[in-house]
Amino acid sequence: MSLVRTANLFDEPACPTNREKTETARKKGCSKPLTPGAAAGGCAFDGAKIVLQPITDVAHLIHGPIACEGNSWDNRHAASSGSDLWRRSFTTDLTELDIVMGNGEKRLFKAIRAIVERHDPPAVFVYSTCVTALIGDDITAVCKRAAERFGRPVVPVEAPGFAGSKNLGNRLAGQTLLDHVIGTAEPDDVTPYDVNILGEYNLVGEFWFVKPLLEELGIRLRAVIPGDARYRDIATAHRAKANMMVCSSALINLARGMQERWGIPYFEGSFYGIADTSAAIRGICGLLVEQGAPSALLDRAEALVAREEAIAWQRIAPLKPRLAGKRVLLNTGGVKSWSMVDALQEAGMEVIRTSIKKSTEEDKARALAALKDEKHLFDRLAPREIYRMLADGEADIMLSGSRTQFIALKAKTPWLDVNQERHHPYAGYEGFVELLRRIDLAVNSPVFPALRQPAPWDEAGRLTAQPVIPTDVAHSFRKFASGALEDSDDC
Amino acid sequence: MNEARSLSTNPLKSSQPLGAAYAFLGIEGAMPLLHGSQGCTAFALVLFVRHFKETIPIQTTAMNEVSTVLGGTDHLEEAILNIRQRANPKLIGVCTTALVETRGEDFAADLAAIQARRADALGDCRVVLAETPDFRGSIEEGWSAAVTAMIEALTRPTTRRDPERLVVLAPSHFTVGDIEILRQTVEAFGLVPVILPDISGSLDGTVPDRWIPSAYGGTSVADIETLGAACHCIAVGEHMRRPAETLRRKTGLAFTLLPTLTGLAAADRFVALLARLSGRPVPPSIRRRRSQLQDAMLDGHFHFGGRNIAIAAEPDLLYQMASFFAEMGAETTVAIASTPDNPILAAVPAEVTVGDLGDLEERAAGVDLLVSHAHGRQASEHLGIPLFRVGFPIFDRLGAQHRRSALYEGTRDLIFEVANMMIAAADHHATPESLNPLRNREMLHDSRPSPEPRRH
Repeated sequence: MSLVRTANLFDEPACPTNREKTETARKKGCSKPLTPGAAAGGCAFDGAKIVLQPITDVAHLIHGPIACEGNSWDNRHAASSGSDLWRRSFTTDLTELDIVMGNGEKRLFKAIRAIVERHDPPAVFVYSTCVTALIGDDITAVCKRAAERFGRPVVPVEAPGFAGSKNLGNRLAGQTLLDHVIGTAEPDDVTPYDVNILGEYNLVGEFWFVKPLLEELGIRLRAVIPGDARYRDIATAHRAKANMMVCSSALINLARGMQERWGIPYFEGSFYGIADTSAAIRGICGLLVEQGAPSALLDRAEALVAREEAIAWQRIAPLKPRLAGKRVLLNTGGVKSWSMVDALQEAGMEVIRTSIKKSTEEDKARALAALKDEKHLFDRLAPREIYRMLADGEADIMLSGSRTQFIALKAKTPWLDVNQERHHPYAGYEGFVELLRRIDLAVNSPVFPALRQPAPWDEAGRLTAQPVIPTDVAHSFRKFASGALEDSDDC
Repeated sequence: MNEARSLSTNPLKSSQPLGAAYAFLGIEGAMPLLHGSQGCTAFALVLFVRHFKETIPIQTTAMNEVSTVLGGTDHLEEAILNIRQRANPKLIGVCTTALVETRGEDFAADLAAIQARRADALGDCRVVLAETPDFRGSIEEGWSAAVTAMIEALTRPTTRRDPERLVVLAPSHFTVGDIEILRQTVEAFGLVPVILPDISGSLDGTVPDRWIPSAYGGTSVADIETLGAACHCIAVGEHMRRPAETLRRKTGLAFTLLPTLTGLAAADRFVALLARLSGRPVPPSIRRRRSQLQDAMLDGHFHFGGRNIAIAAEPDLLYQMASFFAEMGAETTVAIASTPDNPILAAVPAEVTVGDLGDLEERAAGVDLLVSHAHGRQASEHLGIPLFRVGFPIFDRLGAQHRRSALYEGTRDLIFEVANMMIAAADHHATPESLNPLRNREMLHDSRPSPEPRRH
């Protein structure tokens, strides 16, 4: 991993945050230096693996000692409609001897051969890690040799953990696809309606809430990267007519790269929330028509949007009274700082505060527009402060990622995971209804009032209220509790 | 509740004498004696053995055609004397069956005559009669009848009150594990619990170092005799009201009836009552358990919210489970009770039908979890819905006696067990078909489509 390459990755002209920076600040890149002793979050390897691993029919081989893969495998909920090879964990599990003797490359080659013999995948992705990068294993060379020998693509993913943050890893993964995969195969079935969706992970299968709608419009999904993708889908993705980049800017370099190399226009959109889903469908159709698809597509899109929105609102109607006036603390950041605000407000909830961490200036402006007042925006809240707010009942529910889950739960406050570890599909119209249903279940769960009920005793265990017991017991009990036990035979 | 009908498909009930024998098994040195034909005992015995994986002492009066026509007193007498001679039990618990009840004899008078006539042979062996025809009731009724009969026959009238002794009348669905928690909790307040019946000493699956033909461990006959000498009586479950009232009538000992000990609020009520009766603060160990339960509720509630549950059980157990699910945010959409007479059914947070496991199977389609005893497995297989086993019998899983549902620990266990089943049931992968909004559209009118398809 050369420094020049890293710097280039961060010189991302399509990134609005980057554009706003000064020349010197831009050169520093966007990864903030980590503070030893006070850092949290994943490494570049993690970020690369997150992006690439959902490619379902590829064998993902991690070249390094056990921690990198052994501690992280099978931890995501992307769904596959075909192969489950992606969920199998492959690692070279380097030992001390391998490292000392420099056996890493040999071991890697053998590992690739074992995978090919056993699973015969269309491609193998080989991930470097800190140790193998440090000892100088040339995985690119090994991959090249293995590809020749085994007659299939063997793709080096050079994103060792110490290269930087998870975000950098996302971009390195995008770069890997550009360098080694996209454009390596030619499809024989191109239509004017071919699109790619970039940065869609198909978490818990949620993209399947959206896909049938696009297909109903006649749109062909060339590749969804990486959610439920096959290797060949991605290899032929360069023949799509348009790209939609989903929310996070993680794969923005991929979108821009595809535009530069193959002239595929892209737009940024989201499938979260009703308005956003409609905007995304319109956006895809708009780009396709610009690229030469018949303009009747736009009319079909409008009809579908109108129909789906009506059905969604009809489904939401019974939930609305249960959600009305519920106060939400939104602690996610990024695009969701505003996109979810709109959606929640539409459903009758009140967003009391939203986090603007990881949000761009544009995101912040939109969040401010939705919430009217600066005081509703916050960059980062200390866990103690979140706990206090929730324990004091300033919000009825917190929506966040699993990192802050236990702050809410220990404050006996409903909480819902809206980040990538979640177990429920929230994309599209159907997904938004599901999200509201999940909020309803959480915010109206009887568990919370029961838990907030104080115990009928104080901190020393002394009763604060006397339980009612029949009076004759009370009588006999008082009598004998105060009197001597010896008397009892006489009464 | 539905009216009488002609067919029961896959019965939910077990017989009343089985429930009575079960209660007698919780008495130290007791031998249940089913007054009926050999088969009445054999079937009950086999079910007990399959559930407990233990040798179960139960005897039969082995009524035959002749004795049924001529009267069963001789068989009863012979059985009692034989049991006395061979097993030397401290108590013989006679449970009548439908056969002898249909014939109709004055069992109480016959038994009194036998006891008077054979006083020498019987010695200190006590004989108790529970009238438990199979044509009425189920396990809970039989259990309650046996406990009532024991108090009626053995407990001596007293006005003595021992402020440190607390009577707990345990319901039939309490396991060995539940009773162990119950005992520890009462003892933590410096009180001495007398638990009746106490299966924790007899059916807890230990390996004694000699062969003992009758039940070992359990409530002692002496404790039942002096049951009135306590500070209070706590009856758990509506079906224990009758024995509690009998105890009050005989000894003047007041009682508090707690319909369930499962759930945070119910456990709080019980613990507060102990604090009140003992005059002691709630010890830190119990407060710690309470906090653990609270955390279990927080972690567990995700797997309960919005779930639909179908329960088929004995009335008090049905109430316990439905209340538990309601407290956790799940809804009991199908509630089947084995018998109609228990007033607790009116308090079950669901619409209750009296019926069988055939009814469960018919109504439970589309729910997330079935809750019943092991015979619910057929419905589970046919419907492709997981079965959470509760009550009796549980013959196809080990350790039923040590699973707990009472008080803070038991509720915590229950939350984890149920949540784990929910997780296991959802632990499969979504498919494009299962999430397709267009396919699910036809279902719009009856219910919203579930995003988690069920594996069949």
